[in-house]
Amino acid sequence: MHELAICQSLMDQVENIALERNALSVTSIVIGIGPLSGVEAQLLKNAYPLASAGTIAEHAELVIEYLPIRVKCTQCDSESDALPNKLICKQCGDWRTTLISGDEMMLMSVELEKQKDVTSEAVH
Amino acid sequence: MCDTCGCNVTHGNENLIRPGGKLHKTESGKEAVSVLHSLLHENDHTAQHNREHFDQHNVLAVNLMSSPGAGKTALLEATIQQLGLNSNSKIKIAVIEGDLETENDAERIRKHGVKAIQIATGSACHLDAHMIHQALHNLDLAEFDIVFIENVGNLVCPASFDLGQHQNVVLLSVPEGDDKPAKYPVMFRVADLVMISKSDLLPILDDFKPENAKRYLRDIASTAPVMEISSKDKSGMSQWINWINQQIESRKTYLEQHPVVADHSHHHHDHEEART
Ligand SMILES: Nc1nc2c(ncn2[C@@H]2O[C@H](COP(=O)(O)OP(=O)(O)OP(=O)(O)O)[C@@H](O)[C@H]2O)c(=O)[nH]1
Ligand SMILES: [Mg+2]
Ligand SMILES: [Zn+2]
Ligand SMILES: [Zn+2]
Repeated sequence: MHELAICQSLMDQVENIALERNALSVTSIVIGIGPLSGVEAQLLKNAYPLASAGTIAEHAELVIEYLPIRVKCTQCDSESDALPNKLICKQCGDWRTTLISGDEMMLMSVELEKQKDVTSEAVH
Repeated sequence: MCDTCGCNVTHGNENLIRPGGKLHKTESGKEAVSVLHSLLHENDHTAQHNREHFDQHNVLAVNLMSSPGAGKTALLEATIQQLGLNSNSKIKIAVIEGDLETENDAERIRKHGVKAIQIATGSACHLDAHMIHQALHNLDLAEFDIVFIENVGNLVCPASFDLGQHQNVVLLSVPEGDDKPAKYPVMFRVADLVMISKSDLLPILDDFKPENAKRYLRDIASTAPVMEISSKDKSGMSQWINWINQQIESRKTYLEQHPVVADHSHHHHDHEEART
């Protein structure tokens, strides 16, 4: 179970960002996970309350975006969808493909709660 | 974006992961920050740093991974013996051992007169780059040509953690069955070399067909060479030793062409997050 370690690493990054930007709290965290990342989204979700407890992101919503597997064929150049253990080209059937998406485990964005900006409020 | 951290935004996936402007509509009092960093950003940085340590001393680092008991330590022992037999081989080895609870594997290596550093991972199911960095502070890299890192026996977790190695070697032992690459694609995809270990058992466990293992590896688009090896009857050993020698040579050539900056400082890395 390495998801807890990964979740803790995620929380460190999120905390740093929140701190740098003087946030009051973190309201949401969006991560992108591909099937070939080696991370189980469900295990990450399970680890999240534990890893976020007591941090500035304690009440943040963890949003997981599931990224698709896409391969590009080195023989015919076409791109296609693929299964984790069948990364072959749909077009010509060749196995010599490169993965262009599907192994990501990525912090995509965070949403921060900040002090209300008085000057921009005044415009309304 | 920082270009050294192994963050996995590529030309190919860029349009998939950059959300189409939906983060821009933030209410007052909220700020959306687009990040696009690997969840293992810290680890990846430390791994890169470890790699620089290795490179500065012309040391090849090989990460050995497999399920528990596939024969990693036995392979290391056989390798040490084999290199010892060859009197004109001057390759100097060190081993970093990751083990849950015991010093057993490190002891087995030390019996052969080879330096072994044990990392007690406790309950961790994998080694990470920080553990290796720690171990490197107890190892004078100037004395060695190759450092083998024996990862924790596990076909899942270690695959996600870059340690700073140059090569990943994954062992698939005959008793495990030839379909493991299909069941653990993440692990087998990171392999630079796949070794079918305990090959002396092939005549007995004849359900294991090396061709099948190779077919499953092709299905996951792996271009890794496959070797059959037995630490017991030593078959396949010379092929493996050749591979090691080749890797050391090509590393040297690479470093001659891309010299490492001599001044190694533990500089602070600062990253500008992209703002929305
Ligand atoms: N028949 C046969 N047995 C082997 C071979 N290599 C290892 N073994 C046996 O397999 C068992 C496990 O070997 P180890 O070298 O300890 O395996 P390991 O991968 O280091 O195990 P962990 O570190 O616990 O994950 C031992 O009983 C070895 O004697 C081999 O080539 N042939
Ligand atoms: Mg071992
Ligand atoms: Zn094709
Ligand atoms: Zn250092």
